[in-house]
Amino acid sequence: MSMNITLSREDVVRLAERVEGAQTRAYAIPKLTDEYPDMTIGDGYAVQLELRKRFLAAGHRQVGWKAGLTSKAKMIQMGVNVPSIGFLTDRMSRPESSAISTSDLVHPRVECEVAFVMKKTLQGPGCNAADVLAATDYVLPAVEIIDSRFSGFKFDLPSVVADNGSSARFVGGGRARYAEDLDLRTLGVVMEKNGEIVTMGASAAVLGHPAEAIAMLVNILAELGENLPAGSFVMSGGITEAVAVKPGDSIVARFQELGSVSMRFV
Amino acid sequence: MNDEKIQQYGDELYEAFVSRRAIRPLLEREPDITIEDAYKIQERFVARRVAAGEKIIGKKIGATSKPVQDFLGVYQPDFGMLLSGMVYTEGDTIDLGKLIQPKAEAELAFVLKADLQGPGITAMDVIRATDYVLPCFEIVDSRITDWKIKIQDTVADNASCGVYVLGKTKGDPRKLDITLAGMVLEKNGELFSTGVGAAVQGSPANAVAWLANTLGELGIPFKAGEVILSGSQSALVPVVDGDELVCTVGGLGSCRVKFSGRSAA
Repeated sequence: MSMNITLSREDVVRLAERVEGAQTRAYAIPKLTDEYPDMTIGDGYAVQLELRKRFLAAGHRQVGWKAGLTSKAKMIQMGVNVPSIGFLTDRMSRPESSAISTSDLVHPRVECEVAFVMKKTLQGPGCNAADVLAATDYVLPAVEIIDSRFSGFKFDLPSVVADNGSSARFVGGGRARYAEDLDLRTLGVVMEKNGEIVTMGASAAVLGHPAEAIAMLVNILAELGENLPAGSFVMSGGITEAVAVKPGDSIVARFQELGSVSMRFV
Repeated sequence: MNDEKIQQYGDELYEAFVSRRAIRPLLEREPDITIEDAYKIQERFVARRVAAGEKIIGKKIGATSKPVQDFLGVYQPDFGMLLSGMVYTEGDTIDLGKLIQPKAEAELAFVLKADLQGPGITAMDVIRATDYVLPCFEIVDSRITDWKIKIQDTVADNASCGVYVLGKTKGDPRKLDITLAGMVLEKNGELFSTGVGAAVQGSPANAVAWLANTLGELGIPFKAGEVILSGSQSALVPVVDGDELVCTVGGLGSCRVKFSGRSAA
């Protein structure tokens, strides 16, 4: 993946402000490539990192990263062909079994993921799944609430990367487990909305194995000049397709061996 | 439908099975066939196979999951009989020359240790009566041209059962979470699809209970030792000469099968 930056510093700041406004005040904007058709993935990450700088300056704490667009189902749903990453902050975290407000979201969708908590710092390039497992403290089930700030959830890769990979909220929960006690490739997952199964799959849907997605994330971080610090909470990407939620909806994500994660939307 | 026609269509399906030449959809010719008629045709088709030397050794549940129901345009489960000539074991190579238009499905097979007589059977009874479960493939095949089937066609055609392959790793449903166990299906070393037990009627045990009750209404019990195929947890996979499939059930194990030769269609 080329991290070539073509936008001027002024344009990067301008686009970061535009995305920040849309994220903070929950409104949809046209995808950034409408105005900057030659925008690259590298430009997208430049905007994302500028966005992170602004959030951190406002007192948010980064708690980790997420891999996105890691399953065939998601790539087809979104019309892209390369995975992406985004940062996670404390402000995005919501407790298990809580009521999650939708008034500060544009058009939220939920997906089931296996999350990793790291005990050792990982540095790419060349990071592989075995490195990830050796550096993992524990794994847990999570639900990511994604929310593209682009009208109609229509975007391309540079735009979605600039929008921090559609990151909005996340809920970790269930049971913490040692990765070595599980076959992380074959974990079954069922998502229920209001008591009805809406989507399901097994964890191999994420690049063949969720640890592969974390390795990919570490290698993208290396291209951005960063590592994955010990203590990071990392989500490996949706196993299932993303399901739209609205006020009144109740979600339960059930994971083989990892328990369940539930929440409701208000 | 009168007995004569039921016998005629049952015989026609048997001949199609033996000659591996598919026939026109029955429903195209007899628009008024009921599902009950279709099961009577199936009984005749199966009776012909038994008369030719095979034994009934289990049952299969079909059309249980959404991908398969979408493919068939059939929105209710059905069942067929497993015969002794259909059995393969993990690691075997299946000769496609014996089939017409095969497609594979990854499933969980139940082997029973006690009889189950419906109606009134619950999923809990199914677990109680289960000796063990196995990862398996069912290779469905249609004796109807181009899979142009409605529910009556597939029911008459023994629920489109072709052959099946049982894995060797036994799982205890009191230890294995059969509802949430993931199903990973690989074709020629590449991920083909993923699924989970819950894809089958909320849990494979629910599907088996459904069949125990449906057969119970007809006075047919499940017998100890029988194999029950609980329904596909994957999309249908077309197979050709040289293909290799592996399905892996999370917490249980894998079933691997190879294919050689050419099917009729």
